[in-house]
Amino acid sequence: MTLSLFLVQTLNGLQFGILLFFIAAGLTLVFGVMDFINLAHGVQYMIGAYLAAMFTALTGNFFFGLMLALPSALLFGLLLEFLIFRHLYARDHLDQVLATFGIIIFLNQAVKVVWGAAPLSVPVPEVLSGTVVLMDGLLYPVYRLALIGSGLAIALLLYILVSYTRIGMLVRAGASNAPMVSALGVDISRLFMVVFGFGAMLAGFAGAMVAPILSVEPGMGDNLLILTFVVIVIGGIGSIRGAFIAALLVGLVDTLGRIFGPFLLRLIMDPSAASQTGRALAPMLIYILMAAVLFFRPAGLFPVRK
Amino acid sequence: MAEMSGSETPALALVDLNKAYGALKVTDHVSLDVATGELHAIIGPNGAGKTTLIHQMSGLARSDSGHILLDGQDITGLSMATRVRKGLARSFQITSIIPGFTGLENVALAVQARLGSSFRLFGAVSREERLNAPARDILETVGLLGRADLPAGLLSHGEKRQLELAIAMATEPRVLLLDEPLAGTGPEESAAVIALLRKLKGRYTIVLIEHDMDAVFALADRVSVLVYGRIIASGAPDAVRQDPAVREAYLGEEGP
Amino acid sequence: MTPLPQSPAAVETRLPATRAGFMRREWLPIMLFVLLALLPFAAMLGPEKYTLSLVTRVMIFALAAISLDLILGYGALVSFGHAAFLGIGGYAVGILAAHGVQDAALQVPVALLASGLFALLTGAISLRTKGVYFIMITLAFGQMAFFFAVSLSAYGGDDGLTLASRSKLFGLAWLENDRFFYALVLALLIGCYALTRAIVASRFGRVIRGAKENPVRMEAVGFSPFRYQLAAYVIAGMICGLAGVLLANQAEFVAPAYMAWQRSGELIVMVILGGLGSLHGAIIGAAAFLLLEEILSGYTEHWKLIFGPFLVLVVLFARGGLLGLLARVRGKDRADG
Repeated sequence: MTLSLFLVQTLNGLQFGILLFFIAAGLTLVFGVMDFINLAHGVQYMIGAYLAAMFTALTGNFFFGLMLALPSALLFGLLLEFLIFRHLYARDHLDQVLATFGIIIFLNQAVKVVWGAAPLSVPVPEVLSGTVVLMDGLLYPVYRLALIGSGLAIALLLYILVSYTRIGMLVRAGASNAPMVSALGVDISRLFMVVFGFGAMLAGFAGAMVAPILSVEPGMGDNLLILTFVVIVIGGIGSIRGAFIAALLVGLVDTLGRIFGPFLLRLIMDPSAASQTGRALAPMLIYILMAAVLFFRPAGLFPVRK
Repeated sequence: MAEMSGSETPALALVDLNKAYGALKVTDHVSLDVATGELHAIIGPNGAGKTTLIHQMSGLARSDSGHILLDGQDITGLSMATRVRKGLARSFQITSIIPGFTGLENVALAVQARLGSSFRLFGAVSREERLNAPARDILETVGLLGRADLPAGLLSHGEKRQLELAIAMATEPRVLLLDEPLAGTGPEESAAVIALLRKLKGRYTIVLIEHDMDAVFALADRVSVLVYGRIIASGAPDAVRQDPAVREAYLGEEGP
Repeated sequence: MTPLPQSPAAVETRLPATRAGFMRREWLPIMLFVLLALLPFAAMLGPEKYTLSLVTRVMIFALAAISLDLILGYGALVSFGHAAFLGIGGYAVGILAAHGVQDAALQVPVALLASGLFALLTGAISLRTKGVYFIMITLAFGQMAFFFAVSLSAYGGDDGLTLASRSKLFGLAWLENDRFFYALVLALLIGCYALTRAIVASRFGRVIRGAKENPVRMEAVGFSPFRYQLAAYVIAGMICGLAGVLLANQAEFVAPAYMAWQRSGELIVMVILGGLGSLHGAIIGAAAFLLLEEILSGYTEHWKLIFGPFLVLVVLFARGGLLGLLARVRGKDRADG
């Protein structure tokens, strides 16, 4: 175990955290503002990845692909909102769970029909390929650095948007007290649509950005969805700041736990057993983290609602 | 509190009770003795902290400092459920019933809470006369027996207020805290509830919070006036009505 | 969390306790069980092994769904980790069998004890939270159980554990007989259904139902709902653990996948699909879910393209699940007739 390994894994953890944040940002707003449990948020991420893969293949250029994938993901999100979700806002949480579960089942299969069951891969764009030397003996892929950079930029943009614009103010007010916002005469259904579309686009963006480093396949959003729920619950539902901090926390704990868990276990068991047990137990860490956070702070780290 | 002799333990005593939400003091050094069998009304303008005070007495809200004594026993740290079992029941300003249960079930549930054995997993509870008979008696007292088998959610607002009182009575309290039992009732309904309160008076020690001044001055043995979390006057209804401080506090508000 | 809707079935239990009322209330569960009892005879005419195995599986999941409905439908406790108990029951069988203990007479008590303990421990922590946070913390415990099972490398790890044979019953290999196994599962299903029905109607059940609708009122008449909810959580966990024992025997296999969050989600979907808070709704939901899956997948490999929208349509147009739909159709018939 060396310092450079630790640094590389920390960067990986950060990058994973940022990915989680993209998805969590939309989910926490949709949940906080509309009190809507959207299990289908993970498939928006998958759709984003597939759209990026398709448009990249069509145009032959990742950036053109990304430019086309983003508005398409937005349109797709708005279409779902229009057709199904807006009829579910007034329903109880369990109805929302059942309906959005149905949407997951449908879309996971639909992408197989449209794009085939085999995983798609997207080449890393030429400009961002290769590695850079961060320090002596520490190489890191440029693309992953770009991902971290764009993530931080978007987090900042989101922060400004939510903190300083009129719509951001409405969103914040809606997260802490939705009836009050509608009492102010704001068209709440338009606000919902904007928040929803925006959340869908962010999730789609996350999918598009990871397309070059992960395989694009049906069901790729399912496990990420659960992690995203962990993130927004740790952060406090409806809180962008909470989602950001919790996403980085979960990303780091998960990534570092998987690498260093087995190392630590070696202190108490033989190496081969340690690596197997460690690999299996490491994914538990974030759930232990969540249970612990909820034990001490039953409404998350940054509770929005009083 | 001059007429209280030191020898008799009050049914309910508040000793230097405080509570603040941030910088806002909602209960400010409140001390109060309620004698056994007395109907003690607490009045005050909106935002005086009356409901918070009831929450503190019943255990729904914690107090920052001070003590609450039930028959001389300190109950300050006990949960609401434990206080109820010790004989301190309450009603809510905003009706709190179980809408999916019938009126009879609502009351029988309270009887069951008093009798215990709620870990009994078998035997149809709806056919238990040990629960239903006392529940029916109470429903008769409040005048709801005819509506006993209707889901409580379907009762009229006034009937729900009566049911709320029935539920509190079914716990067989010694002290009953009533948070605006007339809230939201029309003239006819409120006449029914006032008649009911008159029946209850003397049976229980009652602390009554109410906005309807006619009702308060017709029913209360003593009245305390709460303004901005502090008791500014306490005594017999007529004395309180004449109190200059009270007149000033209510100036511009509904006069007593 | 918004209050759960009152299911039509729950209202129906208020019909007067006359003989006619009894039949009107109970015809559906009675018919269900009669159908299930007659099915093996019909199965002899067709592919018997396939039919028995499929319906046995349906009944096992119905048992798990009933246990979830007990806390979800009557207590509004949305457990998103309920499949953990399926796994605990299954692994109790698998691990004991791996060490030569093959008799159900020992496996079942161990499974029930383990499920009950896990429920007691996780429930005591989870019940401190409310609403969505409760959903998520139960998910967390479910995932911990899942990854713990993955880490059991001595018992197959990720791949799971194949049983050499089904459990013995007091030393006899009766469970190997599919007809006997079917009858046993049906008997247990009816037994647990009767048990949960009794619980729901008891003093204890009234406390659970009251705490679902108005927890503050419960405290204001002198109840502390926590203890009762915890007890219900433990009972539900143990029944689901029993379903796990049966599932391991049915599949002759146990794997971490039994405890995956998707499984917990499917159990919730079964309960809502059938209709919350009626217990037989859970049976109908489990049957509809698994049979639809089976039938549709026989027609097309893209059956999920039909199944997904079906669930959405149920939510949009059939409030109260299939049971609600049924009640409305019957109500309409009566109005027309």
